[in-house]
Amino acid sequence: MSTNGQNVNTALPTYTKKDFESGVDPRWCPGCGDYSIINQVQRALPAVGVKRENIVFISGIGCSSRFPYYMNNYGMHTLHGRAPSFASGLKVSRPELQVWIVTGDGDALAIGGNHFIHAMRRNLDLKMLLFNNRIYGLTKGQVSPTSELGKKTKTTPHGSPDYPFNPPALALGAGATFVARTIDVEGAHMGGVLKAAAEHKGSTLVEVFQNCPVFNDGAYEFLTDKAVKADALLRMEQGKPLVFGKDNKKGIRFNPQSAELEVVTIGDGGVTEKDILVHDATREDPTIAFMLANLSMKPGFPTPIGVFRNVRMPTCEELTWQIIDGAKAKKPDASLEKLLAGSDTWTIG
Amino acid sequence: MSTQVSAGKHTVEQVEAVTIRFVGDSGDGMQLTGTEFTRASALAGNDLATFPDYPAEIRAPAGSLYGVSGYQVNFGAREIHTPGDAPDVLVAMNPAALKTNLADLKPGGMLLVNAGAFTAGNLEKAGYKTNPLEDAALTQTYKLVPVDMNKLTETALAGSGLSSKEVARCKNYFALGLMYWLYSRPIEPQLEAIQRKFAKKPEFASANAAVFKAGHAYGETSEVFYQRYQVPASKLAAGTYRNVTGNFATALGFATVARLTGRQVFLGSYPITPATEILQEMSYFKEHGVVTYQAEDEIAGIGSAIGAAFGGALACTSTSGPGLALKTEMMGLAVITELPLVIVNVQRGGPSTGMPTKTEQADLLMALFGRHGEAPMPVLAAQSPADCFWSAIEAMKIATKWMTPVLLLTDGYLGNGSEPFKVPSLDELPKLQVKYQTVPNYADGAQYMPYLRDDKLVRPWAVPGTPGLEHRVGGLEKDSLSGMVSYDGMNHERMVKTRAQKIRNVVEDVPDVETFGAASGDLLLVSWGGTFGAVRGAAEELQARGKAVSHVHLRWLNPLPKNLGEVLRRFKKVFVPEVNDGQLAFYLRGKFPGVDPLQFNRINGKPIKIGELVGKVLEVL
Repeated sequence: MSTNGQNVNTALPTYTKKDFESGVDPRWCPGCGDYSIINQVQRALPAVGVKRENIVFISGIGCSSRFPYYMNNYGMHTLHGRAPSFASGLKVSRPELQVWIVTGDGDALAIGGNHFIHAMRRNLDLKMLLFNNRIYGLTKGQVSPTSELGKKTKTTPHGSPDYPFNPPALALGAGATFVARTIDVEGAHMGGVLKAAAEHKGSTLVEVFQNCPVFNDGAYEFLTDKAVKADALLRMEQGKPLVFGKDNKKGIRFNPQSAELEVVTIGDGGVTEKDILVHDATREDPTIAFMLANLSMKPGFPTPIGVFRNVRMPTCEELTWQIIDGAKAKKPDASLEKLLAGSDTWTIG
Repeated sequence: MSTQVSAGKHTVEQVEAVTIRFVGDSGDGMQLTGTEFTRASALAGNDLATFPDYPAEIRAPAGSLYGVSGYQVNFGAREIHTPGDAPDVLVAMNPAALKTNLADLKPGGMLLVNAGAFTAGNLEKAGYKTNPLEDAALTQTYKLVPVDMNKLTETALAGSGLSSKEVARCKNYFALGLMYWLYSRPIEPQLEAIQRKFAKKPEFASANAAVFKAGHAYGETSEVFYQRYQVPASKLAAGTYRNVTGNFATALGFATVARLTGRQVFLGSYPITPATEILQEMSYFKEHGVVTYQAEDEIAGIGSAIGAAFGGALACTSTSGPGLALKTEMMGLAVITELPLVIVNVQRGGPSTGMPTKTEQADLLMALFGRHGEAPMPVLAAQSPADCFWSAIEAMKIATKWMTPVLLLTDGYLGNGSEPFKVPSLDELPKLQVKYQTVPNYADGAQYMPYLRDDKLVRPWAVPGTPGLEHRVGGLEKDSLSGMVSYDGMNHERMVKTRAQKIRNVVEDVPDVETFGAASGDLLLVSWGGTFGAVRGAAEELQARGKAVSHVHLRWLNPLPKNLGEVLRRFKKVFVPEVNDGQLAFYLRGKFPGVDPLQFNRINGKPIKIGELVGKVLEVL
């Protein structure tokens, strides 16, 4: 029995990718990064061990938010920025469901910024996929909260004068227990991140760098172009030193004097592999994860992809139901008659 | 009508109904004093109605005019409809309270004042140049009883070890004790209540008990009073009663739904005056199957409820005017997704922040029409604090039966006001059935069509966890059968008209209005929501004076009762009193061409008074 009296069958059939396709043809522009994301999600789901009918996709408004219509699960396409609010209510009400949120940079971080931070801080087990294309696509090309400073768009023809959000840093600041980043064109990497996200219990942000071929084409070429990729991308792997560059000779070192991360080259000035920071997403203290998340904002530093933080803490829905079950256990003789009568009555006649 | 009997050295006068108002600084404990006295009246079997009236500031500067907090209770041996027009007794704890409330006291009424608070400083703060207690006009107009409660409280607590500040905070119990004596209440239940309330701070329990007893003894021994009063038990229907505020009754109604259905009731909400108590009270009903969720804002409050409704919970959200404004886009989504949801709006003075702690009925048109697009939903309004219980159950019943959001309107007066609630037996409660779709409903059981409707146009409710019924809902217009996104114009028109017709069909669950009084006549009073009591009281008085005046009350505002038009046309005049600028009158003119109601509109943050309404009706008869 589930929390609202529903019977939930737990035996798991064997699924293929096709079982998660709704049969509605996606209507994204040709070459949109969203195609590769839905492809990876549909590939990942058969292995996560949850029945199709127990998975719910909830989205807001924007190109990315059409996602639930293309998935053969339960789904809600809701209001601009508000997806986390529906997801939070559903998860608190029915904790046995696996709830995913699909959102974009405008949806999650502009109009939905408040819901975003609260979903992250509460540590409800909600899995948010944030498609970050650094532009408003569905309204045809306006500046977004992740557009870079100076970005020229239809509403900032002279260049954007405001500083962007860095979604992983924001999520870490708000207390998210799982924070990761991946790229639409890195299919295998995305698959690994999605699997880890599915397995995590708690507030989950997966930022996907996603190319908008129509309104912001090439936004991530500085990372994905073969000529620069090796030096620009830092692939974070659990338990391994944070190295990058053509021969993995560059690395990230923690400088205890300045309390900052710095780029060093192994072999230069006596630097050995032992000096390189070993990646550990399970550190309870999010400070190092926060520093890594901010690397991409600093000139001369690579952009990390992979899992920044992966920490298990009691979730909001677990705590909520502990309290509810506790209240029920404390009053085993609670009844409708007792509820109606209360403790302070008088009788007439 | 009163009778006199002798009891000890004081005579006891039996009176049929009394209105008492307690007023003091917002830190003086007047709300507590009022509710405790109300409790005693309820336990004595009186019918009653209360009206707490407090400032928006939590602790306004002591002694200031705007910091005055009041609590009025009308209790009687007869049926009580309202908290009373004008108090028979005014208990004023300081000069500011006297100044702001004296005009309401009935001429000849009893004025009990804490003379100890009439210091030069307090008099100045209240804007008195001289001490009004020494003004001969006051003693000529009212039965003035000055009592230095400060000093008497200090005397009662001499040697208690409490600080002078702590001692001062006990003085409301002196006033309460004195009123218990004056109205012949047994003191034991109050002494027990003090022990319960201060169980964790025994030194305060014994101090307050001592002050309460001192107040009671003062009445007996001081020779200030020559008589006491007694209000006999009312002739309420036989049964077990408890005293409820409207907000508590709303919460109780929702918890009852959880028990009746065995399903989870989910409240997603955000604190807002004067609706917050619904969220607070429901968070104490967990053992009955209630889940509460305090969201990050008003929008997320209703969003969480819609999410829970998608999951199969019996979902509700509670708010007041400004919060309802924030929820409007979400209400549109609930309309288009056709998910069951109850939105409770405890109305307050608006627009904007307006008068947060004062009552008003000015959200009617917003409730009926305040959404973008064609987005009709059933609207129900509770008529009294106890009726909030029944209205909450009824709203949830309609929401789940018809797969629609339902707006339940109450107001600050109902939410905070209280009256006796007859505890219903289980067979008096409505039958609620909650049905989920569990199998495909189309193509010989091969497919699930979320918008395949029954003969009443209700769509099925399939919830996550049900294999084979996976589907998507959302804000984009949907195909009238498959629920797929549809941009087809004619499909949209069909869906708009279908949703509207479905809400019109709800009329089969709306009872006809009952006419109080003759079926036709000179004038028909039409009320809705919280004005029920005042309008019924006025109708009774006008009928007693031989006037051909009847009364109908609307609990359902959408759909309107089937027989309403016919009833309206049977009277020469239709008269609509409202605590707004004429919203129901405007609505009725549009719904029933030719009917042009006369209006009486009070927008002063207070319920309409019976006496003023009677006067207005007499002017137009």
